[in-house]
Amino acid sequence: MNKREYTIALAGNPNTGKSTLFNVLTGLRQHTGNWPGKTVIHAEGFFTYKNEEYRIIDLPGTYSLYSNSADEEVARDFIIFGKPDVTLVVLDATALERNLNLALQVLEMTDRVIVCLNLMDEAKKKGMVIDIDNLSKKLGVPVVPLAARNKEGIEELLETIARMVHGKIQTKPIVVSYSRAIEEKIAKLLPLVKEVVGEEYPARWVALRLLDGDTSLLHALQHQPHHLLKGGPNYACHCSAKSI
Amino acid sequence: MIEAKLARLSDAQPGERFRIATLNIEGTMKRRLLDLGFVPGSEITVLQKSPLGDPTAYRVSHTTIALRKEESDHIYGERIDNE
Repeated sequence: MNKREYTIALAGNPNTGKSTLFNVLTGLRQHTGNWPGKTVIHAEGFFTYKNEEYRIIDLPGTYSLYSNSADEEVARDFIIFGKPDVTLVVLDATALERNLNLALQVLEMTDRVIVCLNLMDEAKKKGMVIDIDNLSKKLGVPVVPLAARNKEGIEELLETIARMVHGKIQTKPIVVSYSRAIEEKIAKLLPLVKEVVGEEYPARWVALRLLDGDTSLLHALQHQPHHLLKGGPNYACHCSAKSI
Repeated sequence: MIEAKLARLSDAQPGERFRIATLNIEGTMKRRLLDLGFVPGSEITVLQKSPLGDPTAYRVSHTTIALRKEESDHIYGERIDNE
């Protein structure tokens, strides 16, 4: 039996119930090991759904993925370089305004995203009503309501994950548009970025990071064992765009 | 200078509310503050100062975040009167 194992990444703000969801998914059959990654502990577990094996990585809880801290760097690097089959973004349904920031950032990095609206029980208690279908339509990816600690919504989530890994769900992530000046610079950078990174990494996202002057990403790109950076001059380093 | 007319977040006292107008800072620290919820237009509640006066805890879009003075100094806006 040489079945494929699918990799699922769990991202989310701190205190959104990410680890609760992780524990529910990996359940009793977890071979969960916590070990130091770079400087940050992350957890990895396994589960089986409909005879298929899944590996799930609990990324550090962060408000952002712009590598302002080791946590954010670990989370970002895993999504970009680990290329999970699906990234679950766990949101606190009672604080969407805050939590959607991270969701939008992840959607710029990959189109294989399922948004998990966790703590729906709390939201209900507070009398909040969330238009799930509309949110899903706007974000362009599936949105699954959950109350992970009561194990509500888990079955639907598993089914959505399975459909996504089998290519049965077409997503169309929302594209955040920036000011004209920035969009013009992105357009200018895109061909160069594509030439350097090819299809390996999301070109628009890389262009945005270059405009940000994100040196830690450049560093990470250069030290990837499997990166496809072509030889010769490294365009990336010369594209610092502090000019905006 | 608009900033001259605006108050610094670091000057707001516990119990006061504060509406952010601008972040007078660039680079990763600005990005960090924005990601934490310190965005122009948003309302902040000053919760409490630590025993030594720094850092200070703020309520910002449903989360408590503590900032040091060196960060809150760069956040400008107006104090909102408590009715």
